[in-house]
Amino acid sequence: MTDIVRQTKGERTEMSDLTKHLNQEQLVDYRYGDAADSGAVEQHLHECAECAAAYAKLLGVLAIVDAAPVPEPGPGYEARLWWKLSPRLDRPNRSWLDVSAWREWLANAWAEPRRLAPLGAVAVLLIAAFFVGRISLTPNVPPVAPPVVSERTPGQVRERILLVAVGDHLDRAQTVLLEISNAEADTKGKTARDKEVDISQVQATAEQLLSENRIYRQTAQHTGDNSVASVLDELEPVLLEIAHSPSRVTAGQLDELQKSIEARGLILKVRVMDSTVRNREKAIRPRNSNSGS
Amino acid sequence: MIRMDGGDEAQVAQAQGGDQDAFRVLVERHSRSLLRLAYRMTGNEHDAEEVVQEAFLRAYKRLDRFESRANFGTWLYRIGVNCALDLMRKRKQQSSHRQQPTGDGEEASDPLETAVSPDPGPDRLMLSGELRKRVTIAMADLSPVERTAFVLRHFEGQSIEEIGRVLGLGAGATKNSVFRAVQKMRTHLEPMLSKG
Repeated sequence: MTDIVRQTKGERTEMSDLTKHLNQEQLVDYRYGDAADSGAVEQHLHECAECAAAYAKLLGVLAIVDAAPVPEPGPGYEARLWWKLSPRLDRPNRSWLDVSAWREWLANAWAEPRRLAPLGAVAVLLIAAFFVGRISLTPNVPPVAPPVVSERTPGQVRERILLVAVGDHLDRAQTVLLEISNAEADTKGKTARDKEVDISQVQATAEQLLSENRIYRQTAQHTGDNSVASVLDELEPVLLEIAHSPSRVTAGQLDELQKSIEARGLILKVRVMDSTVRNREKAIRPRNSNSGS
Repeated sequence: MIRMDGGDEAQVAQAQGGDQDAFRVLVERHSRSLLRLAYRMTGNEHDAEEVVQEAFLRAYKRLDRFESRANFGTWLYRIGVNCALDLMRKRKQQSSHRQQPTGDGEEASDPLETAVSPDPGPDRLMLSGELRKRVTIAMADLSPVERTAFVLRHFEGQSIEEIGRVLGLGAGATKNSVFRAVQKMRTHLEPMLSKG
């Protein structure tokens, strides 16, 4: 047994009896502020070199405990955690027509107006899409033979709104991912990993896309559109990682971002989903919107 | 340590109303400190991450029982401690099935692998310096109760009464758990002091 265990239980002193050495339990209590008479212990430690040395050893051991590093999970931990957690959170499946869900969302948006930004973006997109459709389609364009759908239900209209918005969102996300994937640090010189790349512009876009992504993902989950929800779910932690990176990343950090995109095969997934979403939108597009009338 | 920051009320209220984004904010705000606590209790990164996930899942399921006057961080933290305790006990049970009893009382029921995974894994190997390795081994020698008591007292600065409530022990037994834990740490780590 080491010399730090100075007394057995039978040799323990009473706090008031300062003629005897303090035992280990008293020293531990004193260290954590649990001593019955801390003033007396303190005084004894001033007067008794042996007890002071024993206490110093206790502090030394606890300092070793404090000095042991705790591993840090690295950037993007919160996003990765949420990515694992969110599918396991029990939520009732709500439909587009669930009035309470909309009321709840609007109430939250009222409390936090920036939540309305994606809705505004969707509205702008829809208006833009409407005018682009009118302008770009000329009478000379051969008819594409769209599916004949004469009547639109409110559900189909809403679905189309979502598909247009998500398609555009995926387009922009693809651009962000490609820009990061194709970015190159200046690798000349000895300290290649320390060279920096300015990603501030693409970062600003990623940040914008992030809040929209959450809304679209939740909406897709509510409507049971699992394939869209799944791609958006995979996209989210990467957008978060890009948005939260420094505006000038080192070659090493850039490499990590690129690996994060590559490991998920994200560019291909986003591209495929973008194309799927656009085809779905085309399939339910009203016939008259193709004729430009 | 997770401390009362008074900034969670709005998100908690929204999350109680079913707003997952609000719950996400709470996850982002508290996950790192909870992970540190879980790591100190389990001594294993993989287990610590499992504890954090389980704690947030339990918290989400019990949100309707959370009183708005209480502090979310403290409440979550307590759930995390219980999750870690559950996991440590599970690991201990698993290891006792694998291991022959040595007939040496409590010391025998606290083998090294109660808290340290037998397979260290590449992440541990990569990160473990001498200091961390020693402390990990010392911590692994503590029983789940001793370990919890020590982590809460030493790292989190909780009072004996608070720790006793978490562990379901009286003040005397709780204090004794802290003391036993410190003694074990000394046995393992004191030789490092003489090395200089």
